[in-house]
Amino acid sequence: MNAAQQIDRDAVSDRTQPLLKVRGLTKLYGPEKGCQDVSFELYPGEVLGIVGESGSGKSTLLSLLSGRCPPDRGVIDYRLADTHKNAGQWLDLYSASEAERRTLLRTEWGFVEQNPRDGLRMGVSAGANIGERLMAQGVRNYQALRAAGLDWLNQVEIDPARIDDLPRTFSGGMQQRLQIARNLVSGPRLVFMDEPTGGLDVSVQARLLDLMRGLVRELDLAVVIVTHDLAVARLLADRLMVMRRSHVVETGLTDQILDDPQHPYSQLLVSSVLQP
Amino acid sequence: MNTLIEVRDLSKTFSLHQQNGVVLNVLRGLNFSVSGGECLVLHGHSGAGKSTLLRTLYGNYLPAGGSIRVQHQGEWLELVGAAPREVLQVRQQTLGYVSQFLRVIPRVATVEVVMEPALARGWKREDAQARAEHLLARLNIPQRLWQLAPGTFSGGEQQRVNIARGFMVPWPVMLLDEPTASLDDGNRQVVLELINEAKSAGAAVIGIFHDRLAREAVSARHLDMTPPDLDPQASMASMASSPKETEQC
Amino acid sequence: MNAATPPRLQPQAPRDEAYNFAYLDEQTKRMIRRGLLKAVAIPGYQVPFGGREMPLPYGWGTGGMQLTAAILGAEDVLKVIDQGADDTTNAVSIRRFFARTAGVATTERTPEATIIQTRHRIPETPLHADQIMVYQVPIPEPLRFIEPSETETRTMHALNDYGVMHVKLYEDIATFGHIATAYAYPVTVDERYVMDPSPIPKFDNPKLDMSPALMLFGAGREKRLYAVPPFTRVTSLDFEDHPFEVQKWEHNCAICGSHESFLDELILDDQGTQSFVCSDTDYCAQRVSQGRAAQ
Repeated sequence: MNAAQQIDRDAVSDRTQPLLKVRGLTKLYGPEKGCQDVSFELYPGEVLGIVGESGSGKSTLLSLLSGRCPPDRGVIDYRLADTHKNAGQWLDLYSASEAERRTLLRTEWGFVEQNPRDGLRMGVSAGANIGERLMAQGVRNYQALRAAGLDWLNQVEIDPARIDDLPRTFSGGMQQRLQIARNLVSGPRLVFMDEPTGGLDVSVQARLLDLMRGLVRELDLAVVIVTHDLAVARLLADRLMVMRRSHVVETGLTDQILDDPQHPYSQLLVSSVLQP
Repeated sequence: MNTLIEVRDLSKTFSLHQQNGVVLNVLRGLNFSVSGGECLVLHGHSGAGKSTLLRTLYGNYLPAGGSIRVQHQGEWLELVGAAPREVLQVRQQTLGYVSQFLRVIPRVATVEVVMEPALARGWKREDAQARAEHLLARLNIPQRLWQLAPGTFSGGEQQRVNIARGFMVPWPVMLLDEPTASLDDGNRQVVLELINEAKSAGAAVIGIFHDRLAREAVSARHLDMTPPDLDPQASMASMASSPKETEQC
Repeated sequence: MNAATPPRLQPQAPRDEAYNFAYLDEQTKRMIRRGLLKAVAIPGYQVPFGGREMPLPYGWGTGGMQLTAAILGAEDVLKVIDQGADDTTNAVSIRRFFARTAGVATTERTPEATIIQTRHRIPETPLHADQIMVYQVPIPEPLRFIEPSETETRTMHALNDYGVMHVKLYEDIATFGHIATAYAYPVTVDERYVMDPSPIPKFDNPKLDMSPALMLFGAGREKRLYAVPPFTRVTSLDFEDHPFEVQKWEHNCAICGSHESFLDELILDDQGTQSFVCSDTDYCAQRVSQGRAAQ
């Protein structure tokens, strides 16, 4: 089976083409439960925020986008990286094999869970958590794995001396940073984040946000981030999708949506935020 | 003259769905264009929509109709209805916006805040840092503050940090929202110099200046934004109520 | 441990006709044989089978016994070892069990046996092409230590998703400075499936590689069987800079003087006096008798 279709790669450069093309994505668990008819394109290096109240379908959409569950309807095309054996071709996510999806999720993609316990292996050391993706890609050199572990702990501002400690000895903020390191070590192009600052103290949030902002820019990551925190959205996202009762009610530039919302629900959402 | 930004029939309304659906028509049928090396000063009462216009030009507010075209990397680009990533590209390369308010990012050092627009354009770090330090020094931000996050600075210091950030890189089109407000004379003079330097470097400047001295210092053309219903003469001029452009030398 | 006893082919006892041949009914044996054919066809792949109750508890070799029962013929010669020894309770009981229910000849001599059921060891004496090794396996799933879900581990096998296997070895090196896993050391079979070689010491792992004998593995509690056909590549997982190594001893066997075999440590008195002897009793006894003959 070949889900990837040949495209004319020479004609277009990497940045002017979308990374992800989503059309008519629908999955409903009940009337207005889930998400329906979502379409958008995501470009390399672009950060898309999905905002909305609980139960509006944000997390369902994220599961669909990351290929974790199949939609009722809709298509997602992903443009493979130049390092992939089918470099630059389009992969139809839902007609691709489970093996291809898994390979994507541990190489070109990342997924940062809200609860770091879901995204980390709590029973093995921080270094092994970071090294796992590399080992899965066939890195068989212990020193190289070790070096990557130390480097990434440093990048996410965790004391490299803690490389052999178990994640359960880390604070919530450190666990979340470790989860980010574990995802970014494979040099992904697209990272999905589900309320990454959700369970953290405000003081810890600021540090994490700053770190994520820096990494997103430095590594030129495309990110789809689900959050109900509009301040997080403003700081990280280039543009927003506002969801309500399974529908996308408004999309646009982040600051435009937050400063000049058009849809009644967006206006309610923005005006409901307490200003400290 | 090389026109860098051209606005045709621009209008902006606010529909307040949470307040019984009140519709405010803030901008109606605006027409103007600004060339390189020119400064257009928005003139009008408080509430006449001067800041709204700047924000609409910047893409921060969504226009209700009309056209905003800018010269972006050698080509005309329509901003009304442009994709977010196109607007972001324009904001990175072409369109600069300086307000008096700094949006503070937690934990980021002042010098980093100032350097950011240059780094986003791919400047070398050393070059960016040199320029940032030069600007901070010129705007009288004490050197001991450069490595601190500006969150705890005084209002005036934050404003000057924001101005340094705004003038970090050369912009073909600059939008200035009262950059000199509440600055002392010395610092206001520096800002006015910066504006004039940008102008002579070929920037098209659109600004709001409340004090007359500043307006005169940047030797500008005026766009009268007094709403037609507050201005009897203009309202007599009926439907084609485009605000008057007056040349001032 | 009685290494000096001369090895012998034990006389063929009359079969107890009250039982079906080799205890299990013919349908069950056929079912297991079908499973074994599949296992041989897909080296290292775990095949589920309908495990039966055996007249001894789980953990005592019920998996191995069911495989042995399924492949045993009247002409076979059976050897059973437990930790390398032929004369431990478990080995003796299983040998007697098949002698009584199948009436087959049993032996302690490795070269004479056609089927060798084993727990924890592969004989030191090289195996030959007409022999079948039957391993007793407690936990057949090598991924279980890190992934509790069976659905997930099966998917991981299916998709060749084995990154986590090296996580365990990484943890060993990070903690101990070397790969400390000493038994049940994971292997890749035929460059495809990662397999638990049963709790044999890693010392025995190289004997699995390109062995002329057929290797069958049975887990009674988990009801899984798998196989390594003769002359199949079996490689132990490792890192480039921490390659796979087998255990080495500074001592020689106190009985036969061997420096090549896997040694057990014996504590002889309350002062902690140590002695090292071969774990493979047949190998040790053969060396002793050859030594005598040479004299």
